[in-house]
Amino acid sequence: MTWKQMFTSSVGKKLIMGFTGIFLILFLIIHVALNACIWANDGGKMFTQGAHFMGSTVVPRILEIGLFAGFILHVIQGIMLEIDNRKARGKVQYAVNFGNKGSKWYSRSMGLLGTIILLFLIMHIYHFWLPNRANQGFLLGEEIDLYATMKETFSNLWIVILYVLGCISLGYHLAHGFQSAFRTMGVHNKRYLSMVTTIGYAFSIIVPLAFALMPISFYLGWIQ
Amino acid sequence: MEHYNMNLNLKVWRQKNSNTKGSFKMYRVENISSEMSFLEMFDVLNEQLIEVGEDPIAFDHDCREGICGACSMYIDGKPHGPWHGNTTCQLHMRAFKDGDTIVVEPWRASAFPVIKDLVVDRTAFDRIIQAGGYISVNTGNAVDGNALPINKDKADASFDAAMCIGCGACVAACKNSSAMLFLSAKVSHLALLPQGEPERKSRVLDMVAQMDKEGFGSCTNTGACEATCPKEISISYIAQLNSEYLLAGLTKE
Repeated sequence: MTWKQMFTSSVGKKLIMGFTGIFLILFLIIHVALNACIWANDGGKMFTQGAHFMGSTVVPRILEIGLFAGFILHVIQGIMLEIDNRKARGKVQYAVNFGNKGSKWYSRSMGLLGTIILLFLIMHIYHFWLPNRANQGFLLGEEIDLYATMKETFSNLWIVILYVLGCISLGYHLAHGFQSAFRTMGVHNKRYLSMVTTIGYAFSIIVPLAFALMPISFYLGWIQ
Repeated sequence: MEHYNMNLNLKVWRQKNSNTKGSFKMYRVENISSEMSFLEMFDVLNEQLIEVGEDPIAFDHDCREGICGACSMYIDGKPHGPWHGNTTCQLHMRAFKDGDTIVVEPWRASAFPVIKDLVVDRTAFDRIIQAGGYISVNTGNAVDGNALPINKDKADASFDAAMCIGCGACVAACKNSSAMLFLSAKVSHLALLPQGEPERKSRVLDMVAQMDKEGFGSCTNTGACEATCPKEISISYIAQLNSEYLLAGLTKE
Protein backbone atom coordinates (compact mmCIF):
# COMPACT_ATOMS: atom_id res chain seq x y z
CA MET A 1 0.00 0.00 0.00
CA THR A 2 1.64 3.20 -1.16
CA TRP A 3 0.34 6.71 -0.49
CA LYS A 4 -0.32 7.02 -4.20
CA GLN A 5 -2.47 3.88 -4.23
CA MET A 6 -4.32 5.11 -1.16
CA PHE A 7 -5.27 8.50 -2.59
CA THR A 8 -5.90 7.53 -6.22
CA SER A 9 -8.57 4.87 -5.59
CA SER A 10 -12.22 5.91 -5.89
CA VAL A 11 -12.43 6.17 -2.09
CA GLY A 12 -9.05 7.94 -1.90
CA LYS A 13 -10.12 10.59 -4.41
CA LYS A 14 -13.17 11.24 -2.29
CA LEU A 15 -10.95 11.53 0.79
CA ILE A 16 -9.06 14.33 -0.97
CA MET A 17 -12.39 16.04 -1.75
CA GLY A 18 -13.43 15.66 1.89
CA PHE A 19 -10.12 16.89 3.37
CA THR A 20 -9.92 19.93 1.09
CA GLY A 21 -13.65 20.57 1.50
CA ILE A 22 -13.37 20.77 5.28
CA PHE A 23 -10.25 22.93 4.93
CA LEU A 24 -12.17 25.34 2.69
CA ILE A 25 -15.08 25.34 5.17
CA LEU A 26 -12.62 26.47 7.87
CA PHE A 27 -11.42 29.23 5.56
CA LEU A 28 -15.03 30.39 5.08
CA ILE A 29 -15.39 30.85 8.85
CA ILE A 30 -12.34 33.15 8.97
CA HIS A 31 -13.41 35.02 5.83
CA VAL A 32 -16.96 35.65 6.97
CA ALA A 33 -15.89 36.62 10.49
CA LEU A 34 -13.34 39.19 9.29
CA ASN A 35 -15.65 40.64 6.67
CA ALA A 36 -18.43 40.97 9.24
CA CYS A 37 -16.36 43.84 10.67
CA ILE A 38 -17.94 46.06 8.00
CA TRP A 39 -21.12 46.02 10.09
CA ALA A 40 -19.32 47.85 12.88
CA ASN A 41 -20.42 50.76 10.66
CA ASP A 42 -17.42 52.84 11.65
CA GLY A 43 -16.49 53.89 8.14
CA GLY A 44 -14.46 50.74 7.68
CA LYS A 45 -11.98 51.30 10.52
CA MET A 46 -12.31 47.88 12.15
CA PHE A 47 -12.54 46.11 8.80
CA THR A 48 -9.41 47.81 7.48
CA GLN A 49 -7.48 46.78 10.59
CA GLY A 50 -8.50 43.15 10.09
CA ALA A 51 -7.74 43.24 6.38
CA HIS A 52 -4.39 44.87 7.09
CA PHE A 53 -3.49 42.10 9.56
CA MET A 54 -4.37 39.39 7.02
CA GLY A 55 -2.64 41.12 4.13
CA SER A 56 0.59 42.32 5.71
CA THR A 57 1.46 39.68 8.31
CA VAL A 58 3.75 36.84 7.34
CA VAL A 59 1.77 33.87 8.72
CA PRO A 60 -1.57 34.56 6.97
CA ARG A 61 0.35 35.20 3.76
CA ILE A 62 1.99 31.77 4.02
CA LEU A 63 -1.39 30.18 4.84
CA GLU A 64 -2.75 31.89 1.74
CA ILE A 65 -0.52 29.66 -0.40
CA GLY A 66 -2.06 26.63 1.31
CA LEU A 67 -5.50 28.07 0.66
CA PHE A 68 -4.85 28.38 -3.07
CA ALA A 69 -3.41 24.86 -3.12
CA GLY A 70 -6.54 23.59 -1.34
CA PHE A 71 -8.82 25.32 -3.84
CA ILE A 72 -6.90 24.03 -6.84
CA LEU A 73 -6.81 20.48 -5.49
CA HIS A 74 -10.55 20.57 -4.72
CA VAL A 75 -11.38 21.88 -8.20
CA ILE A 76 -9.11 19.54 -10.17
CA GLN A 77 -10.07 16.46 -8.15
CA GLY A 78 -13.73 17.42 -8.48
CA ILE A 79 -13.48 17.69 -12.27
CA MET A 80 -11.63 14.34 -12.47
CA LEU A 81 -14.27 12.64 -10.32
CA GLU A 82 -17.06 14.08 -12.45
CA ILE A 83 -15.39 12.68 -15.59
CA ASP A 84 -14.82 9.25 -13.96
CA ASN A 85 -18.38 9.10 -12.69
CA ARG A 86 -19.90 9.99 -16.04
CA LYS A 87 -17.80 7.28 -17.64
CA ALA A 88 -18.99 4.78 -15.02
CA ARG A 89 -22.60 5.63 -15.84
CA GLY A 90 -22.12 4.76 -19.51
CA LYS A 91 -23.44 6.18 -22.74
CA VAL A 92 -27.07 5.05 -22.62
CA GLN A 93 -29.18 7.11 -20.20
CA TYR A 94 -32.38 6.07 -18.48
CA ALA A 95 -35.62 7.10 -20.17
CA VAL A 96 -37.19 7.76 -16.76
CA ASN A 97 -34.94 9.07 -14.00
CA PHE A 98 -35.05 8.27 -10.27
CA GLY A 99 -34.55 12.01 -9.72
CA ASN A 100 -35.80 13.72 -6.59
CA LYS A 101 -37.55 10.62 -5.27
CA GLY A 102 -34.19 9.10 -4.43
CA SER A 103 -31.98 12.07 -3.64
CA LYS A 104 -31.93 15.86 -3.33
CA TRP A 105 -31.25 17.81 -6.53
CA TYR A 106 -28.31 19.70 -5.08
CA SER A 107 -26.60 16.48 -3.98
CA ARG A 108 -26.63 15.39 -7.63
CA SER A 109 -25.50 18.82 -8.88
CA MET A 110 -22.28 19.36 -6.93
CA GLY A 111 -20.27 19.64 -10.15
CA LEU A 112 -22.58 22.29 -11.58
CA LEU A 113 -22.78 24.25 -8.31
CA GLY A 114 -19.00 24.01 -7.94
CA THR A 115 -18.50 25.38 -11.46
CA ILE A 116 -20.76 28.37 -10.70
CA ILE A 117 -18.80 29.00 -7.49
CA LEU A 118 -15.52 28.80 -9.41
CA LEU A 119 -16.75 31.36 -11.96
CA PHE A 120 -17.88 33.56 -9.10
CA LEU A 121 -14.46 33.20 -7.43
CA ILE A 122 -12.63 34.31 -10.55
CA MET A 123 -14.76 37.47 -10.60
CA HIS A 124 -14.32 37.91 -6.83
CA ILE A 125 -10.52 37.62 -6.98
CA TYR A 126 -10.47 40.07 -9.88
CA HIS A 127 -12.47 42.59 -7.79
CA PHE A 128 -10.46 42.51 -4.57
CA TRP A 129 -7.53 40.16 -4.16
CA LEU A 130 -5.79 40.90 -7.47
CA PRO A 131 -5.76 44.74 -7.32
CA ASN A 132 -4.69 44.61 -3.66
CA ARG A 133 -1.80 42.22 -4.20
CA ALA A 134 -0.78 44.07 -7.37
CA ASN A 135 -0.53 47.24 -5.34
CA GLN A 136 1.46 45.50 -2.60
CA GLY A 137 4.01 44.09 -4.98
CA PHE A 138 5.30 40.61 -4.32
CA LEU A 139 5.75 41.05 -0.56
CA LEU A 140 4.19 43.14 2.16
CA GLY A 141 3.87 46.55 0.52
CA GLU A 142 1.19 49.24 0.65
CA GLU A 143 -2.41 47.97 0.50
CA ILE A 144 -5.31 49.62 -1.31
CA ASP A 145 -8.35 50.92 0.59
CA LEU A 146 -10.39 47.70 0.47
CA TYR A 147 -13.38 49.25 2.22
CA ALA A 148 -13.65 51.95 -0.43
CA THR A 149 -13.21 49.31 -3.13
CA MET A 150 -16.09 47.29 -1.64
CA LYS A 151 -18.28 50.37 -1.49
CA GLU A 152 -17.54 51.23 -5.10
CA THR A 153 -17.87 47.66 -6.44
CA PHE A 154 -21.17 47.08 -4.68
CA SER A 155 -22.74 50.27 -5.98
CA ASN A 156 -23.37 48.34 -9.20
CA LEU A 157 -26.65 46.40 -9.02
CA TRP A 158 -25.53 43.72 -11.49
CA ILE A 159 -22.44 42.90 -9.46
CA VAL A 160 -24.57 42.68 -6.31
CA ILE A 161 -26.92 40.25 -8.09
CA LEU A 162 -23.98 38.11 -9.29
CA TYR A 163 -22.57 38.02 -5.74
CA VAL A 164 -25.92 36.96 -4.31
CA LEU A 165 -26.22 34.20 -6.94
CA GLY A 166 -22.71 33.04 -6.05
CA CYS A 167 -23.71 32.88 -2.39
CA ILE A 168 -26.85 30.87 -3.19
CA SER A 169 -24.74 28.35 -5.13
CA LEU A 170 -22.33 28.20 -2.20
CA GLY A 171 -25.24 27.55 0.18
CA TYR A 172 -26.53 24.56 -1.79
CA HIS A 173 -22.96 23.29 -2.37
CA LEU A 174 -22.40 23.38 1.40
CA ALA A 175 -25.83 21.92 2.24
CA HIS A 176 -24.65 18.66 0.69
CA GLY A 177 -20.89 19.08 0.87
CA PHE A 178 -20.58 19.73 4.59
CA GLN A 179 -22.16 16.47 5.76
CA SER A 180 -20.89 14.51 2.74
CA ALA A 181 -17.30 15.50 3.60
CA PHE A 182 -17.65 14.10 7.11
CA ARG A 183 -19.26 10.90 5.81
CA THR A 184 -16.37 10.51 3.39
CA MET A 185 -13.93 10.97 6.27
CA GLY A 186 -15.61 7.99 7.89
CA VAL A 187 -17.96 9.52 10.45
CA HIS A 188 -20.56 6.77 10.82
CA ASN A 189 -21.57 6.96 14.46
CA LYS A 190 -25.31 7.85 14.41
CA ARG A 191 -25.02 10.51 17.11
CA TYR A 192 -22.20 12.29 15.31
CA LEU A 193 -23.86 11.92 11.90
CA SER A 194 -27.06 13.63 13.02
CA MET A 195 -24.98 16.36 14.68
CA VAL A 196 -22.89 16.89 11.54
CA THR A 197 -26.03 17.01 9.38
CA THR A 198 -27.69 19.63 11.58
CA ILE A 199 -24.57 21.78 11.86
CA GLY A 200 -24.07 21.41 8.09
CA TYR A 201 -27.53 22.74 7.25
CA ALA A 202 -27.14 25.61 9.75
CA PHE A 203 -23.70 26.46 8.33
CA SER A 204 -24.94 26.32 4.74
CA ILE A 205 -27.66 28.87 5.54
CA ILE A 206 -25.89 31.21 7.98
CA VAL A 207 -22.52 31.68 6.25
CA PRO A 208 -23.73 32.25 2.65
CA LEU A 209 -26.52 34.49 4.01
CA ALA A 210 -23.97 36.61 5.88
CA PHE A 211 -21.82 36.82 2.74
CA ALA A 212 -24.82 37.77 0.58
CA LEU A 213 -25.85 40.50 3.03
CA MET A 214 -22.48 42.26 2.60
CA PRO A 215 -22.95 43.55 -0.97
CA ILE A 216 -26.64 44.12 -0.20
CA SER A 217 -25.74 46.23 2.85
CA PHE A 218 -23.46 48.43 0.76
CA TYR A 219 -25.91 48.73 -2.13
CA LEU A 220 -28.85 49.67 0.07
CA GLY A 221 -26.72 52.07 2.09
CA TRP A 222 -27.17 50.24 5.41
CA ILE A 223 -23.52 50.94 6.10
CA GLN A 224 -21.63 54.07 5.19
CA MET B 1 -57.60 -5.73 -0.59
CA GLU B 2 -60.00 -5.68 -3.52
CA HIS B 3 -59.04 -7.76 -6.51
CA TYR B 4 -59.23 -6.16 -9.95
CA ASN B 5 -58.07 -6.78 -13.50
CA MET B 6 -56.23 -4.27 -15.62
CA ASN B 7 -54.98 -3.60 -19.13
CA LEU B 8 -51.50 -2.15 -19.38
CA ASN B 9 -49.13 -0.64 -21.90
CA LEU B 10 -45.51 -1.68 -21.47
CA LYS B 11 -42.55 0.21 -22.87
CA VAL B 12 -39.73 -2.33 -22.66
CA TRP B 13 -36.04 -2.06 -23.57
CA ARG B 14 -35.13 -4.63 -26.23
CA GLN B 15 -31.51 -5.33 -27.11
CA LYS B 16 -30.27 -8.36 -28.98
CA ASN B 17 -26.84 -8.57 -27.34
CA SER B 18 -24.10 -6.41 -25.87
CA ASN B 19 -22.77 -5.48 -29.31
CA THR B 20 -26.00 -4.16 -30.79
CA LYS B 21 -27.85 -0.97 -30.02
CA GLY B 22 -31.13 -1.39 -28.18
CA SER B 23 -34.39 0.50 -28.29
CA PHE B 24 -37.77 0.64 -26.61
CA LYS B 25 -40.71 -1.39 -27.88
CA MET B 26 -44.36 -1.00 -26.89
CA TYR B 27 -46.43 -3.99 -25.79
CA ARG B 28 -49.97 -4.39 -24.51
CA VAL B 29 -51.12 -6.92 -21.92
CA GLU B 30 -54.77 -7.42 -21.01
CA ASN B 31 -56.72 -8.86 -18.08
CA ILE B 32 -53.79 -8.75 -15.69
CA SER B 33 -54.80 -9.66 -12.16
CA SER B 34 -53.90 -7.31 -9.33
CA GLU B 35 -52.77 -10.41 -7.39
CA MET B 36 -50.04 -11.21 -9.91
CA SER B 37 -46.41 -10.41 -9.31
CA PHE B 38 -44.62 -8.16 -11.79
CA LEU B 39 -42.64 -11.13 -13.12
CA GLU B 40 -45.82 -13.19 -13.58
CA MET B 41 -47.16 -10.33 -15.67
CA PHE B 42 -43.95 -10.59 -17.75
CA ASP B 43 -44.52 -14.36 -18.06
CA VAL B 44 -47.95 -13.62 -19.51
CA LEU B 45 -46.43 -11.15 -21.96
CA ASN B 46 -43.74 -13.63 -22.99
CA GLU B 47 -46.39 -16.35 -23.61
CA GLN B 48 -48.12 -13.87 -25.92
CA LEU B 49 -44.86 -13.17 -27.75
CA ILE B 50 -44.04 -16.87 -28.14
CA GLU B 51 -47.52 -17.54 -29.55
CA VAL B 52 -47.06 -14.98 -32.32
CA GLY B 53 -43.53 -16.22 -33.01
CA GLU B 54 -41.66 -13.26 -31.51
CA ASP B 55 -38.53 -13.46 -29.39
CA PRO B 56 -39.59 -13.43 -25.70
CA ILE B 57 -38.13 -10.73 -23.44
CA ALA B 58 -35.07 -11.93 -21.51
CA PHE B 59 -35.07 -11.02 -17.80
CA ASP B 60 -33.26 -12.31 -14.71
CA HIS B 61 -35.18 -14.17 -12.00
CA ASP B 62 -34.63 -17.09 -9.68
CA CYS B 63 -36.23 -17.55 -6.25
CA ARG B 64 -39.15 -15.17 -6.81
CA GLU B 65 -39.46 -14.68 -3.07
CA GLY B 66 -37.25 -11.63 -2.63
CA ILE B 67 -34.12 -13.23 -1.21
CA CYS B 68 -31.82 -14.27 -4.05
CA GLY B 69 -31.00 -10.95 -5.71
CA ALA B 70 -31.40 -12.28 -9.25
CA CYS B 71 -34.25 -10.10 -10.47
CA SER B 72 -33.40 -6.65 -11.69
CA MET B 73 -35.54 -4.33 -13.91
CA TYR B 74 -35.61 -0.56 -13.60
CA ILE B 75 -39.35 0.13 -13.49
CA ASP B 76 -40.78 3.63 -13.99
CA GLY B 77 -37.56 5.32 -12.94
CA LYS B 78 -36.73 3.19 -9.88
CA PRO B 79 -34.84 -0.08 -9.52
CA HIS B 80 -37.29 -2.83 -8.49
CA GLY B 81 -40.29 -0.56 -9.11
CA PRO B 82 -42.32 1.87 -7.03
CA TRP B 83 -42.55 0.03 -3.71
CA HIS B 84 -40.07 0.72 -0.91
CA GLY B 85 -37.74 -2.01 0.37
CA ASN B 86 -38.92 -4.46 -2.26
CA THR B 87 -37.61 -6.63 -5.09
CA THR B 88 -39.13 -6.83 -8.58
CA CYS B 89 -40.38 -10.37 -7.96
CA GLN B 90 -42.22 -9.18 -4.85
CA LEU B 91 -43.72 -6.17 -6.62
CA HIS B 92 -47.37 -6.95 -7.19
CA MET B 93 -49.61 -5.59 -9.90
CA ARG B 94 -51.85 -3.84 -7.35
CA ALA B 95 -49.12 -1.19 -7.45
CA PHE B 96 -50.56 -0.20 -10.85
CA LYS B 97 -53.89 1.00 -12.24
CA ASP B 98 -55.84 0.03 -15.33
CA GLY B 99 -54.49 1.87 -18.40
CA ASP B 100 -51.04 2.62 -16.91
CA THR B 101 -47.99 2.78 -19.16
CA ILE B 102 -45.01 1.17 -17.44
CA VAL B 103 -41.44 1.83 -18.61
CA VAL B 104 -39.05 -1.09 -18.01
CA GLU B 105 -35.29 -0.67 -18.50
CA PRO B 106 -32.21 -2.70 -17.64
CA TRP B 107 -29.70 -1.56 -14.93
CA ARG B 108 -27.52 1.13 -16.51
CA ALA B 109 -23.81 1.09 -15.64
CA SER B 110 -20.59 0.59 -17.59
CA ALA B 111 -19.66 -2.18 -15.15
CA PHE B 112 -23.01 -3.92 -15.82
CA PRO B 113 -23.12 -4.35 -19.63
CA VAL B 114 -26.44 -5.48 -21.11
CA ILE B 115 -26.34 -9.14 -22.15
CA LYS B 116 -29.82 -9.21 -23.64
CA ASP B 117 -32.97 -7.10 -23.18
CA LEU B 118 -33.29 -6.62 -19.40
CA VAL B 119 -30.46 -8.95 -18.41
CA VAL B 120 -27.17 -7.33 -17.39
CA ASP B 121 -23.84 -8.93 -16.54
CA ARG B 122 -23.40 -8.56 -12.77
CA THR B 123 -20.35 -10.82 -12.40
CA ALA B 124 -18.38 -7.69 -11.41
CA PHE B 125 -19.96 -8.15 -7.96
CA ASP B 126 -18.71 -11.75 -7.80
CA ARG B 127 -15.18 -10.61 -8.57
CA ILE B 128 -15.39 -7.96 -5.82
CA ILE B 129 -16.41 -10.68 -3.33
CA GLN B 130 -13.58 -12.92 -4.57
CA ALA B 131 -11.14 -10.09 -3.87
CA GLY B 132 -11.80 -10.19 -0.13
CA GLY B 133 -15.44 -10.72 0.87
CA TYR B 134 -14.72 -13.83 2.92
CA ILE B 135 -12.95 -15.05 6.05
CA SER B 136 -10.27 -17.74 6.02
CA VAL B 137 -10.94 -20.63 8.40
CA ASN B 138 -9.16 -23.91 8.84
CA THR B 139 -11.20 -27.01 8.20
CA GLY B 140 -12.04 -29.35 11.06
CA ASN B 141 -14.74 -29.42 13.68
CA ALA B 142 -17.09 -26.48 13.83
CA VAL B 143 -16.22 -24.08 16.65
CA ASP B 144 -18.68 -23.99 19.55
CA GLY B 145 -21.11 -21.15 18.86
CA ASN B 146 -20.83 -19.73 22.38
CA ALA B 147 -17.04 -19.77 22.51
CA LEU B 148 -16.73 -16.38 20.84
CA PRO B 149 -18.52 -13.58 22.69
CA ILE B 150 -20.03 -10.95 20.37
CA ASN B 151 -21.69 -7.74 21.46
CA LYS B 152 -25.41 -7.88 20.61
CA ASP B 153 -25.48 -4.41 19.02
CA LYS B 154 -22.56 -5.29 16.78
CA ALA B 155 -24.09 -8.64 15.85
CA ASP B 156 -27.31 -6.84 14.88
CA ALA B 157 -25.47 -4.18 12.87
CA SER B 158 -23.48 -6.90 11.13
CA PHE B 159 -26.66 -8.78 10.33
CA ASP B 160 -28.31 -5.65 8.92
CA ALA B 161 -25.37 -5.30 6.52
CA ALA B 162 -25.42 -9.02 5.72
CA MET B 163 -29.00 -8.59 4.46
CA CYS B 164 -27.50 -7.37 1.15
CA ILE B 165 -28.52 -9.77 -1.64
CA GLY B 166 -26.14 -8.24 -4.20
CA CYS B 167 -28.87 -7.38 -6.71
CA GLY B 168 -27.13 -4.20 -7.93
CA ALA B 169 -30.08 -1.84 -7.42
CA CYS B 170 -27.74 0.57 -5.61
CA VAL B 171 -25.53 0.79 -8.70
CA ALA B 172 -28.57 1.19 -10.94
CA ALA B 173 -29.99 4.03 -8.84
CA CYS B 174 -26.72 5.90 -8.35
CA LYS B 175 -25.99 8.76 -10.75
CA ASN B 176 -22.32 7.70 -10.62
CA SER B 177 -23.06 3.96 -10.93
CA SER B 178 -21.15 3.54 -7.69
CA ALA B 179 -21.10 0.12 -6.02
CA MET B 180 -20.33 1.58 -2.61
CA LEU B 181 -23.54 0.53 -0.82
CA PHE B 182 -22.96 -3.08 -1.91
CA LEU B 183 -19.26 -2.94 -1.04
CA SER B 184 -19.84 -1.22 2.29
CA ALA B 185 -22.41 -3.84 3.31
CA LYS B 186 -20.03 -6.65 2.40
CA VAL B 187 -17.04 -5.06 4.16
CA SER B 188 -18.98 -3.92 7.24
CA HIS B 189 -20.72 -7.19 8.04
CA LEU B 190 -17.34 -8.90 8.38
CA ALA B 191 -15.53 -5.93 9.94
CA LEU B 192 -18.08 -5.86 12.78
CA LEU B 193 -17.44 -9.48 13.79
CA PRO B 194 -14.37 -10.98 15.48
CA GLN B 195 -14.15 -13.59 12.69
CA GLY B 196 -13.49 -10.81 10.19
CA GLU B 197 -10.69 -9.24 12.22
CA PRO B 198 -7.59 -11.08 10.84
CA GLU B 199 -8.20 -9.94 7.24
CA ARG B 200 -9.85 -6.66 8.12
CA LYS B 201 -7.30 -4.30 6.53
CA SER B 202 -6.44 -6.27 3.41
CA ARG B 203 -10.13 -6.99 2.80
CA VAL B 204 -11.22 -3.37 2.45
CA LEU B 205 -8.18 -2.37 0.37
CA ASP B 206 -8.43 -5.34 -2.00
CA MET B 207 -12.19 -5.02 -2.46
CA VAL B 208 -11.98 -1.27 -3.18
CA ALA B 209 -9.18 -1.94 -5.70
CA GLN B 210 -11.31 -4.57 -7.44
CA MET B 211 -14.35 -2.28 -7.46
CA ASP B 212 -12.26 0.40 -9.20
CA LYS B 213 -10.93 -2.12 -11.71
CA GLU B 214 -14.52 -3.04 -12.64
CA GLY B 215 -15.28 0.57 -13.54
CA PHE B 216 -17.80 1.60 -10.90
CA GLY B 217 -17.97 5.29 -10.00
CA SER B 218 -17.21 7.12 -6.76
CA CYS B 219 -19.75 7.70 -4.00
CA THR B 220 -21.07 11.26 -3.64
CA ASN B 221 -23.40 10.41 -0.74
CA THR B 222 -26.59 11.38 -2.60
CA GLY B 223 -28.58 8.64 -0.87
CA ALA B 224 -30.31 7.26 -3.99
CA CYS B 225 -28.91 3.78 -3.20
CA GLU B 226 -30.41 3.71 0.28
CA ALA B 227 -33.76 4.90 -1.09
CA THR B 228 -33.99 1.99 -3.51
CA CYS B 229 -32.26 -0.87 -1.66
CA PRO B 230 -34.70 -3.80 -1.39
CA LYS B 231 -33.06 -4.76 1.92
CA GLU B 232 -33.04 -1.17 3.23
CA ILE B 233 -29.29 -1.14 3.87
CA SER B 234 -28.34 2.17 5.46
CA ILE B 235 -26.02 4.63 3.72
CA SER B 236 -24.13 4.98 7.02
CA TYR B 237 -22.40 1.68 6.13
CA ILE B 238 -20.67 3.65 3.35
CA ALA B 239 -19.28 6.02 5.99
CA GLN B 240 -18.19 2.94 7.92
CA LEU B 241 -16.42 1.61 4.83
CA ASN B 242 -14.68 4.97 4.43
CA SER B 243 -13.40 4.81 7.98
CA GLU B 244 -12.24 1.20 7.44
CA TYR B 245 -10.44 2.33 4.29
CA LEU B 246 -8.84 5.34 5.95
CA LEU B 247 -7.63 3.28 8.91
CA ALA B 248 -6.30 0.47 6.72
CA GLY B 249 -4.66 2.91 4.31
CA LEU B 250 -2.93 4.78 7.11
CA THR B 251 -1.72 1.78 9.10
CA LYS B 252 -1.04 -1.03 6.63
CA GLU B 253 2.60 -1.68 5.70
